Amino acid sequence: MPEEFASLSAMRCRAYAIERGQQARPTARKRRKDQAPVSATETHDPNRRDFLYIATGMAGVVGAAAAAWPFIDQMRPDASTLALASIEVDVSALEPGMSLTAKWRGKPVFIRNRTPEEIKSAQDVKLEDLKDPLARNANLPSDAKATDIDRSAGQGKENWLVMIGVCTHLGCIPLGQQGEYGGWFCPCHGSVYDTSGRIRHGPAPENMAIPAFEFISDTKIRIG
Amino acid sequence: MSEGHSTYTPKSGLGRWVDARMPLPRLVYDSFIAYPVPRNLNYAWTFGGILSIMLVAQILTGVVLAMHYVSDTVLAFNSVEKIVRDVNQGWLLRYLHANGASFFFVAVYIHIFRGLYYGSYKAPRELLWILGCIIYLLMMATGFMGYVLPWGQMSFWGATVITGFFTAIPLVGEWVQQLLLGGFAVDNPTLNRFFSLHYLLPFMIAGVVVLHVWALHVTGQTNPTGIEVKTKGDTVPFSPHASAKDGFAMVIFLLVFAYFIFYIPNFLGHPDNYTEANPLKTPAHIVPEWYFLPFYAILRAITFNIGPINSKLGGVLAMFGAIAVLFVVPWLDTSKVRSAVYRPWYRLFFWLLVADAIFLGWLGSRPAEGAYVAMAQIGTLYYFAFFIVLMPLLGLIETPKRLPNSITEAVLEKHRRKAGDAAQPAAAPGHEA
Repeated sequence: MPEEFASLSAMRCRAYAIERGQQARPTARKRRKDQAPVSATETHDPNRRDFLYIATGMAGVVGAAAAAWPFIDQMRPDASTLALASIEVDVSALEPGMSLTAKWRGKPVFIRNRTPEEIKSAQDVKLEDLKDPLARNANLPSDAKATDIDRSAGQGKENWLVMIGVCTHLGCIPLGQQGEYGGWFCPCHGSVYDTSGRIRHGPAPENMAIPAFEFISDTKIRIG
Repeated sequence: MSEGHSTYTPKSGLGRWVDARMPLPRLVYDSFIAYPVPRNLNYAWTFGGILSIMLVAQILTGVVLAMHYVSDTVLAFNSVEKIVRDVNQGWLLRYLHANGASFFFVAVYIHIFRGLYYGSYKAPRELLWILGCIIYLLMMATGFMGYVLPWGQMSFWGATVITGFFTAIPLVGEWVQQLLLGGFAVDNPTLNRFFSLHYLLPFMIAGVVVLHVWALHVTGQTNPTGIEVKTKGDTVPFSPHASAKDGFAMVIFLLVFAYFIFYIPNFLGHPDNYTEANPLKTPAHIVPEWYFLPFYAILRAITFNIGPINSKLGGVLAMFGAIAVLFVVPWLDTSKVRSAVYRPWYRLFFWLLVADAIFLGWLGSRPAEGAYVAMAQIGTLYYFAFFIVLMPLLGLIETPKRLPNSITEAVLEKHRRKAGDAAQPAAAPGHEA
């Protein structure tokens, strides 16, 4: 039985080689004597069969990835979640020193009409003293510096601070007008922010984020 | 230990008929009746069995709770209250399930420390140990997601903080977090997928448990001496010896479990979780379930930047590293002696590790400020030093005590010493100081 198998595979080898316009390999007969039967697929040069194996394997990998993608993709935020991307908030009732919290994308947005003292103390901080020197303001280029004016709603609206009220450490909501800078204090892990929402010390790595927003009238803000 | 041949002989005609077709009774007989176990196993070896029944109990209570629970942010909190107040026996089933998770972790921690004390992870049991680590990871994921389901304040904020870990990953962190949450914050999509996964993972645990037990039955149990079984005389059949011992330990364990369920069912929970989740208000002090506290303390201990790694990423890496280090324990321990019984220095540092884990657990429940932070940093340092420095080093410099030649010799020696002590206390053999 093994003899037959060996001669059969040797024949195949030869047939294959002839098919490719080559001479039958003399080694096939020689090998039969002292070694195990040669398999029909054993050849030394990269040939058409190798190519087919690799191509089939690659197609399998790509196919598996393509089949897996819908199962991963379905977990991303869905259309209804993304549709809630923009809200309008009326801020006419906010006197200086008052804040409100709006809910946007499931997160609180702090809108504060800051007092002149709060603005002054934020403006007096040197940039070198900040843990995070970037403004983190979605309305400005990403390399904008964390000056108070670039954290606020801009020239003429310096009193308005609109920011996502989520601690940049692990997502807790900081408490307003607390901590040693009179800004925000996160009770979870002790991060302290100033009146401009900039991280001053504690484990949080970044200033609190400022979402894309604009004043659509003097008393109305659209967030998102 | 695996004998390679089976001693099962079916007695009835039906038995022989089944055995020739699908020899499940043979597998059960060989694995749980005739299976040889070392004759000197102590009660530390009973927690594998206890964990098995805890897994079955959690799945059973979980399946029936899922018949009444609603995974919707508007309804979830009240549906859990309804289970406790309205559903027949619902209070019992819920407390069984909630406390069952805690007792599952009690048992797994004893089981893991047993392995560390007796060197159960050493060759040829590395895969057995790694499979155990995978089960532990799956248990943590399951426990975490289960805690989110009642939709209380701690559920919500625990989920927020823990999914926040992923934002520490550079570049893709934000994307990964949104993938997990299905939104920009913990919300209805999050609750739904956590419910789905909380239902799925226990069955994956059961699957890995099968592999764990399989690997165990290939290598056989270790034993308090750490010496491999050499002769048949070193072993006893699993039934009735091990099954009776396991059964007795289960009864004691379940008695304590029952005390918690019937007398202090909320002792291990947090009162804030009886307040419905409020996405606009963070509780003053977020704490995870007790079984995560040591890792939570490690997370918060990293308050400083390490080179390019900021404190947030550093904390997350340290926390996951504390679990990841367990996977490589078989290759960190360089000692040729398995059991801490014969390793005086390792034994000392092992008990310090146990104390350190409890210390870190306590710190995890404290606010992260002042002296607590410094203490957590010391505790974290010792935790990693134990695995990364002491384990490799001790194997090289420690002089172990004299090992007995076999399990049987160790057992007989112990008996002789006891008998000798009773007869003539002054003349106890003193050759193994």
